[in-house]
Amino acid sequence: MTPPPMTGRQVTLNVNGRDHEVWIVPSDTLLDVLHDELGMADVRYGCGEGVCGTCTVLLDGEPVNGCLTLAVQAEGGQVTTMRGLMGPGEALHPLQECFLRRGAAQCGFCTPGMVLTALDAVQRLGRPTREEIRYALVGNLCRCTGYTKILDAIEEYADQ
Amino acid sequence: MTTPDLQPLTKPYRIVGTSPAHHDFVDKVKGSLHYAADWQLPGMLHGRVVRSPVPSALITGIDVTAARALPGVFAVLTAADVPGNQIVERASGGLAELEVTMPVLAGDRVRYMGEPVAVVAAATPQIAHEAAELVAVDYTELPGVFDVQSAQSAGAPRVHEVGNTLVSWQIRCGDVDRALAAADVVIEGEYRSQHVEHAYLEPEAGVGWLENGVLTLRVSTQVIEHAAMIAHILGLPQSKVRVIAAYMGGGFGGKEDMTVEPYLALLVWHTRRPVRMIWDRQESLVASTKRHPFIMRYRTGADHDGTITAQQVEILGDAGAYPNLSPRVLFAAAACACGPYRVPNASITSTAVFTNNVPSSAFRGFGAMQIVLGYESQLDELAARLGLSRTELRERNFLAKGDLLPTGERLDTCVEVAQTMRRALEMLGEPPRPSGPGKLVGRGLGCNRHPYGRTIWFRDRASAWLSLQADGTLLIRSGVTDLGAGQAASLCQIAAEVLGAPLDDISIYIGDSALNPPAGGTFATRQLYMSGNAVLHAARELRERMAPVAADLLGAPAEDLEFAGGRVRARADGPSITLAELAAACDKRAISTAHLSTWRAQAGSFDPRTGQGDTFPDYTYGTHAADVEVDTETGQVTVLRYAACHDVGRAINPLRVQGQIQGGAMQGLGYALTEDMAIEDGYVQAALFANYLIPNAQDFPDVLVDIVESGEGKGPLGARGIGEPPIGNVAATIASAIHDAIGVRPDRLPMTPERILALLDERAAATREEHQG
Repeated sequence: MTPPPMTGRQVTLNVNGRDHEVWIVPSDTLLDVLHDELGMADVRYGCGEGVCGTCTVLLDGEPVNGCLTLAVQAEGGQVTTMRGLMGPGEALHPLQECFLRRGAAQCGFCTPGMVLTALDAVQRLGRPTREEIRYALVGNLCRCTGYTKILDAIEEYADQ
Repeated sequence: MTTPDLQPLTKPYRIVGTSPAHHDFVDKVKGSLHYAADWQLPGMLHGRVVRSPVPSALITGIDVTAARALPGVFAVLTAADVPGNQIVERASGGLAELEVTMPVLAGDRVRYMGEPVAVVAAATPQIAHEAAELVAVDYTELPGVFDVQSAQSAGAPRVHEVGNTLVSWQIRCGDVDRALAAADVVIEGEYRSQHVEHAYLEPEAGVGWLENGVLTLRVSTQVIEHAAMIAHILGLPQSKVRVIAAYMGGGFGGKEDMTVEPYLALLVWHTRRPVRMIWDRQESLVASTKRHPFIMRYRTGADHDGTITAQQVEILGDAGAYPNLSPRVLFAAAACACGPYRVPNASITSTAVFTNNVPSSAFRGFGAMQIVLGYESQLDELAARLGLSRTELRERNFLAKGDLLPTGERLDTCVEVAQTMRRALEMLGEPPRPSGPGKLVGRGLGCNRHPYGRTIWFRDRASAWLSLQADGTLLIRSGVTDLGAGQAASLCQIAAEVLGAPLDDISIYIGDSALNPPAGGTFATRQLYMSGNAVLHAARELRERMAPVAADLLGAPAEDLEFAGGRVRARADGPSITLAELAAACDKRAISTAHLSTWRAQAGSFDPRTGQGDTFPDYTYGTHAADVEVDTETGQVTVLRYAACHDVGRAINPLRVQGQIQGGAMQGLGYALTEDMAIEDGYVQAALFANYLIPNAQDFPDVLVDIVESGEGKGPLGARGIGEPPIGNVAATIASAIHDAIGVRPDRLPMTPERILALLDERAAATREEHQG
C-alpha cells in the first residue's frame, strides 16, 4: 500500500467497544475506514448515496449511513456495527436469533443494516406496530425477501 | 425422475420438508460472510473501467499518456492490449442468431453509453478514478437507433454491419388464420414493458490474483464457467484460469453474464499484482445489463363458450447493443407465449432487435416473465367480452397433463394451476371496500407457466462429489454458485436425507471452477433441478455402495437399513452403527466412501424452421391474486392485499420457498408499478440509485403465500424450480385488479399514476361518447 498522504492524520475510533488507531484523510468516509481499514465485512458499500442502508452503523446509538458520514465525525464517539451486538463466543443477539428463525435473510447483504435500524426502532418505540416498523425501515432496502419475513422477525423480537 | 435401479427413499422425509437454519443463514445473520468486495490481498491494486459517455460513435483516438503518468498508476489498458478482444456468446447454441461478438474493450467504435473503452489499475481507488478521467478518448458521434421499431425500419442506422435483427424465432401449430376467421370472438391487444434494473444490493465486485501461474478471480458471479471465456480473452490455456464465486449479495440474472471478470483478469495479468474492482452503484446503473423491454401483440380467437381456438403472438424485444443472452430470452418468451392454456392453433414470432441502448440480458423471469402480461390480459379481456368470470374462462382452458404445447411437446407432469388459482383467491378473503370518495377497489389475478431448467437442446448436466469422512461427517463439493436463495443449503438437505448425516456434520464447498465438479451456472431456475438431482444421485449411489458393508456388520439385509441421525440402523429399534464406524469398515475393505456423480437432463432438439421440437424440461405453475384501490383524483394505485400460490412439486425447504415467492412477488410489484430504467436516446436517465425506485418496506403489503406440493416435478424428490416463476404473475395480476377497479385495462408498464389518470380520462371520454351516441 502507498503511505497515507501528508494531509492524513491519526485518529482513534471506538468501534464495538474497542479503540482503533487509524490514519485517515478528511475525505475518508466512515464506511471506507470500517470496511477497508478495519476489515469489518458487516459494513457494506451498496450505493454511496445514503439510499440503500447497507452501510448502516450506530454512532452513539443512532443509526447513520457509513457512506454519508465522514470518519472524522466518529472521532470521540462510539461506533457499533452489527457484529458489535453479539455476545462472547459469537453469541447471537436476540434480534439476530429472530432473523435466523424467521428466515429474514436471503442474500444477507442488507441484513446488518436492517438489524441495526430495527434494533434502534424497537429501543425507541418499545412495541412498534408493523406499520411503524415499515416506516422505520424505509432507508434500508432489501431486493430479495420482499420484507415480509424481516417484519415478522422484528415483531417477534419486539414482543419479547 | 424415477430411477428403478436405486431403492426409493423412505417417507416421510426427515430433513427434506423442514426449514433448518443453514451455515449460510448463520453467517449472514452474524455478518461474518465475506462477499466479493470483502477480500484484500497484500499489494492489492484497484481497478476502474473507462466507459463511453455517448451511445454511438467512432473512436478516432485514445491518448493514455496523462493517465499513465499519474503517480500511483500501474496500468492503463486499451483494446490493443487485449489478446483475444472478443466475447462470443452464441446464446441460441448456434441455432438461429446473427454472429456478432462483443469486444472486451471497444477499439474503433462504441455502440452504447457505458461501453468499456479502457481499464486502469492504481494504488488506491481515488487514483484509479483520477486516472480514468485522464484517459482522453476522441469520439465522432454517429447516428444511433434507440427503439426496436426504428431499428427495424428501412434505412435505419446499423448497430452492427450484419443487420439489426439479432434473432427471430417462430413457433407454429395448426392453422391460425383459418381458426381466427372461424372464431366466434377475436380480441386483440398490444402490451409494452420497460427496461428494468436488477438492483441487487451488492454491486458488481471481485478480486483477482496470480497464484502458481494460475490467474484466479474471486468474484460475485452466477457462472464460474466463464473461466473458459476469460482464458480465451487472455490467450491462456483454460487450465490457467480459475474462477471462484463468492456467495452473492443478489444477482437475479444480472451476474449471469460476466461483469468485472475480464477487466480484472486483464489488469492482474498485466500488472502481476492482486487487483480489486468494485463498480460504483452509479456505474452499475449505467453499464449493467437490463431486463428487455417488450412489445407484445396478441390476437386471440375463441368459441362462444370461452374455449380458446387460436392465438397469434408477435413479440419484439430490445436487445440493446450486443447479443448477450437475448436469443435465449426471446426464445423463452416464444415457448411460453400461450401461458398455461391449451391453444390448438398458434403462430408465435419472437424477435430480438439491436439498438444503441445498454445491452439487455438475463433477469429473473427471462422473457417468460414479460409475456405473462400479454396472455393474461387477453384472458381477462376475453372473459369480459364473453360475460364469463375470469376464473371460469381460465378453468375452461387450463392445460392438463398429456396436452400438447404449440411446439408439439406433450406435457408429462401434472398441471395444478387451477388449484393454485383457488388457493390464491381464498387467501385474499372478503373483497375490500373503498376507503373514501373518489376511490375504487378491484381484485385481480394472474396465472403463469414458467420453465425451470435450461433449454433442452443444451443437453444440460451437473456433477456433484460427496465424501463420507473418517469421523462420519460429510463433505459435498459442487460447482454451484449461491445467489442467496439457498442453492448450497438445499443440496445439504438432500444429502442429509439420503445418507443420514446430521446437517451440522455436513460442509459444502461450492463455486470454484478448479476444485469443484462442474454444476453449470445458477440461472434458469436450474440448480435445484440439476445439482439437486446430481447430489441426490451421488448420495444414493454412495449409500448403495456402503450399504452391504453396514448390512454385514449389522447382520441385516441391506434393503432394510435406515440411514438417519448419524447412524445406520437395521430396523427402527434394531442395532445400529455410527457413520464413522461405517466409514472405518468401508476403509478396511478398500471401499471408497467418496463418490462423483453426473446427472444429465433429458435430451432433445428444436427445429427453428418448423418451430417444432423440444424446449424446456418442465414448468412451474402458479397464480397470484391482489386487491387494489385506485385513487381517481391522483391515479395512485395502492395494493391492499397480495397473495401468491405456486405448485413447487415438493418443498425441500418450505421457509426458503416462501422467501422466493415473497421476494419474487415484491420485485414484480416494483416492475408493475414503480420501476422504470428510462433510457432516452441511448442515455440512461437514472444517474443515482435514488432515481430508481425499488420497493421499500412501506410501499407494498405483506405477500401471503400458499404452497402446493403435487410431487410431480422433475427435480429431486418431485421438486419443481421456484427461483424465477413468482416474479412472472405480478404485473398481470395488478393490471387485472386495476381493470376490475376502473373498467379499463392498463397495457403499459410501469402502471404509474400518470398512466392510470390517462386511462381514467379515456374511460370518461368513452362514457361521454356512449351517452351522446
